[in-house]
Amino acid sequence: MILVALPTHLRTLARVDDDVALEVSGPVTQAAVLDALEASYPMLRGTIRDQVTRRRRPFIRFFACRRDLSHEPPDAPLPEAVACGAEPFMVVGAIAGG
Amino acid sequence: MSGVRLLVGTRKGAFVLTADGQRRSWEVSGPHFGGWEIYHLKGSPADPDRLYASQTSGWFGQQVQRSNDGGRTWTPVGNTFAYDGVPGTHQWYDGTPHPWEFKRVWHFEPSLADPDTVYAGVEDAALFRTTDGGASWHELSGLRGHGTGPHWAPGAGGMCLHTILQDPVKPGRMYVAISAAGAFRSDDGGTTWKPINRGLRSQHIPDPEAEVGHCVHRIALHRSRPGTLFMQKHWDVMRSDDGGDSWREVSGNLPTDFGFPIEVHAHEPETIYVVPIKSDSEHYPPDGRLRVYRSRSGGNEWEALTKGLPQRDCYVNVLRDASSVDSLDPCGIYFGTTGGQVYASADAGDSWTPIVRDLPAVLSVEVQTLP
Repeated sequence: MILVALPTHLRTLARVDDDVALEVSGPVTQAAVLDALEASYPMLRGTIRDQVTRRRRPFIRFFACRRDLSHEPPDAPLPEAVACGAEPFMVVGAIAGG
Repeated sequence: MSGVRLLVGTRKGAFVLTADGQRRSWEVSGPHFGGWEIYHLKGSPADPDRLYASQTSGWFGQQVQRSNDGGRTWTPVGNTFAYDGVPGTHQWYDGTPHPWEFKRVWHFEPSLADPDTVYAGVEDAALFRTTDGGASWHELSGLRGHGTGPHWAPGAGGMCLHTILQDPVKPGRMYVAISAAGAFRSDDGGTTWKPINRGLRSQHIPDPEAEVGHCVHRIALHRSRPGTLFMQKHWDVMRSDDGGDSWREVSGNLPTDFGFPIEVHAHEPETIYVVPIKSDSEHYPPDGRLRVYRSRSGGNEWEALTKGLPQRDCYVNVLRDASSVDSLDPCGIYFGTTGGQVYASADAGDSWTPIVRDLPAVLSVEVQTLP
């Protein structure tokens, strides 16, 4: 199981109260996790990455294991601690606007 | 007894305000979608309980919410707005080409007859339509692709398609308005379009009488006389009596002819309303006095409506989609401000009362007249 931590507004939109647990088949990458997330929660399509270009939205960051993974290639493997469910893959809204 | 339902979009959520036909006592529901910008909500004329809301965020993009029960519950529906084909470019602020990029939905206009058919005006300017209740959206690309698109440019608020009018008499006739491109008309249900800006003069473009490039803020029509259009332009209040083929200025004795919304009385097609704003760099009323101006002659001769509105130290703005009229008798008129007040008049503007005073900045106000 992969754990994904969502920002408050996306938890509200997805109607979940906590981190979401996902099954990811194959290599655990950023793209695979987001594919699984959007398959389970279709209302999140377009909120984290653009639906047409598949690029991360500009004010979204990806953190895990105290690292900023926002600029890692979408198909790069995520840290083992994320892949085994020990640490969450964190979707974070960038601080902007004061 | 009949009643009214106000759908209020704000910078931080949606609010639904309801009252009976007397329009004296109001119930406030909300915030719905707290923390999100709600650019617009609108109900279907064919099914008043069917509502659509544009929920947007600089962080999380565009959501479309649908309600089937008058705003008590909501469900997210389709939010893919993909331009048809290769989007191409429009002008950027400095005149250089800039690629078309979807940003948000500014306005929903449900079909007059079918609750599942809705038009969406978006930024960067384009017109989309759903025929399945919002599950999927498809561009009516004849507007963006008719030829003048590369010359459109954003206004200060972005390059937005903010007004969609359906002619209730002539099947297939529609109007849209875009900042800063101008007004456009289709006579075949949105397949093909042409600019309708003859008579407009805009000093902010190299040729003040160009075919496109005008910053039209809002257009309005009366159901009984849909060939007559009224326009609040960036500067100038305009009127057309030939479906937009030609325009003439009717600013008359307004204290300033800059402003955003324009409305037509529900039962008097020559009675119109504007909210004059001091200037395009000072987005507040002249002299700190919030005044609605009414013309009973279709323009040129205007009277200030002030009873119940703040007449000192008022520096709010009223945005282009933040006013609406009901169809009760006497006609009710409503507007919201960037200061979070929603004002109502149950006597066609003679007197005003704030329904709420402290909402987030109001982006849009729509009223539904309920049986």
